[in-house]
Amino acid sequence: MSSPTVTAPAKAESPFRRLVSEFAEDRLAVAGAVVLTIILLIALFAPLISPQNPYDLSKLDILDSRMPPGSKSMDGMTFWLGTDGQGRDMLSGIFYGLRTSLAVGVFSGVCAMIVGMAMGLIAAYVGGRTETLIMRLVDLQLSFPTILIALILLAVLGQGVGKIILALIIVQWSYYARIIRGTALVERRREYVEAAICLGLSKPRIIFSHVLPNCMPPMIVIGTVQVAGAIALEATLSFLGIGLPITEPSLGLLIANGFEYLLSGKYWISFFPGIALLVTIISINLVGDQLRDVLNPRLKR
Amino acid sequence: MTVFIVRRLMQSVVILLVMSVIVFLGVFAIGNPVDILISPDADQLERERAIRALGLDLPLWEQYFVFLKNAAVGDLGRSFVFNEPALRLIFERMPATLELAFTAVVLSLIVGIPLGLYAGLRPQTVTSKGIMAGSIVGFSLPTFWQGLMFIMVFAVMLGWLPSTGRGQIGSFLGIKSSLFTQDGLAHVILPAVNLALGNAALIIRLTRAGVRETLLQDYVKFARAKGLSSRRVVGVHVLKNILIPLVTVVGLEIAGLIAFAVVTESIFAWPGMGKLIIDSINQLDRPVMVAYLMMIVLLFIIINLIVDVLYSVIDPRVRLQDVKG
Repeated sequence: MSSPTVTAPAKAESPFRRLVSEFAEDRLAVAGAVVLTIILLIALFAPLISPQNPYDLSKLDILDSRMPPGSKSMDGMTFWLGTDGQGRDMLSGIFYGLRTSLAVGVFSGVCAMIVGMAMGLIAAYVGGRTETLIMRLVDLQLSFPTILIALILLAVLGQGVGKIILALIIVQWSYYARIIRGTALVERRREYVEAAICLGLSKPRIIFSHVLPNCMPPMIVIGTVQVAGAIALEATLSFLGIGLPITEPSLGLLIANGFEYLLSGKYWISFFPGIALLVTIISINLVGDQLRDVLNPRLKR
Repeated sequence: MTVFIVRRLMQSVVILLVMSVIVFLGVFAIGNPVDILISPDADQLERERAIRALGLDLPLWEQYFVFLKNAAVGDLGRSFVFNEPALRLIFERMPATLELAFTAVVLSLIVGIPLGLYAGLRPQTVTSKGIMAGSIVGFSLPTFWQGLMFIMVFAVMLGWLPSTGRGQIGSFLGIKSSLFTQDGLAHVILPAVNLALGNAALIIRLTRAGVRETLLQDYVKFARAKGLSSRRVVGVHVLKNILIPLVTVVGLEIAGLIAFAVVTESIFAWPGMGKLIIDSINQLDRPVMVAYLMMIVLLFIIINLIVDVLYSVIDPRVRLQDVKG
């Protein structure tokens, strides 16, 4: 019984590897992950792989405007996806647009997660009036659709990259705060936290290196869904003309620019940026969907 | 029950008051409506007369109290642009929005629940996988782009359906709606489907998730072991238990649809509240913005209250009390 040799469990599988192998069970999710990686690479290296710099006005020729997909430019370049009203190559425009859309979505998502996590942990650990105040604020915010809150905020704040990121953070933080408070309240009663308290570890250390890592699985799931939501919301707001300024065209603005040409049958200006947006959002949702199934203990057989 | 409703109504009044302060202050910060509403070549005297007429010369808190006092008797100010009571403008547009949202909710329930049930009961079949993949697409499609594509395909290329406006409005039992005329129905199809698609996808996913979790529960196993027909197990034991999340989400989604109608209405030129608010933001028509937001808040509070009451009807385990956190 008290022998010093400790027998290792038969299968020593790291949690991460188990996660990866369970994730790989669904082929659709794997496809989503692959596509998402490609999109991220495209966004990251957009200036290197774009056939044209869409913001260098000296490279644009107004004679090339509104050309259908596959046509050749004056100097022999092929516009695989056509050109927009200014003679801009749509493919390059989409690469750069992806860059803007993803940057805004991911950055605001990460900021919202940090703010939400801080607020949720404060609510769970401080309790009392602070908790009531924070959670009432969360409830109030969650009872309104995101687009409405964003609409009010942007109407109040005005336009700009910083303003839309701020609006997206304000819209999203409450989701994270609610989840992390719930999880933290459960986790802090677990045995390992008691053990850590018995060891005399400081409160911040328990919170940040013991409780927080155990709260991460639901946060990751929420995070993927939220980033997809943020990208879609930003595109919608830009489409309505109250999002990003014209100097920083995201996919939403590209689509909006094509609206006026759509009725005369020039579909490609709106169509292709929309496809890019759709594929991005779908691949994020596919990954998030599978993550939820993998990380949800209620579905374990 | 009555105590609960009274308490909730009191809470609602507080929320309304808080929202009125936030909305009023927020909207006030947007800009100076004087510059926009009074023509720049008006002389000093005319400007001042106009400012006084619009009540813009009072201190902010006084403007708020005037606003609150008037709001209590149903007067939310006059539109700067239309020179009509803001509330009347909202009420004029509201039926169009409600009609659109209502049609969209019904459509998404008719499509969503059966497909979700099927996908939950037989998760391994190809059809189920197809339904789920389709729902992810429907869920991910940005409403505005999807609307543009609908216009492109069904209005421009095929020419089957009209893409702008509300069409002819019929009247039935004193209710005016485009749902009662053929022309109106043709106009409502595209915007309603556009609005319903994302919602239907959500309902499919929710129903499937609910079914899958419920099927693992002991009472379902017990019902099976008891030898009940699978129709009864699904129809009574499973369906009843997934109704609770469904009612919550549908309730919230109605509110969401009314808000998201902003996008759909802008694209399809549907003369509802959403189009009005976008126009008002662009023209800095403060009273209309405030009136719209207050009406939306009121609408949401009512919907949430109905959802809470419905809970207790569906699930007797839920007691309508103030849950102490």
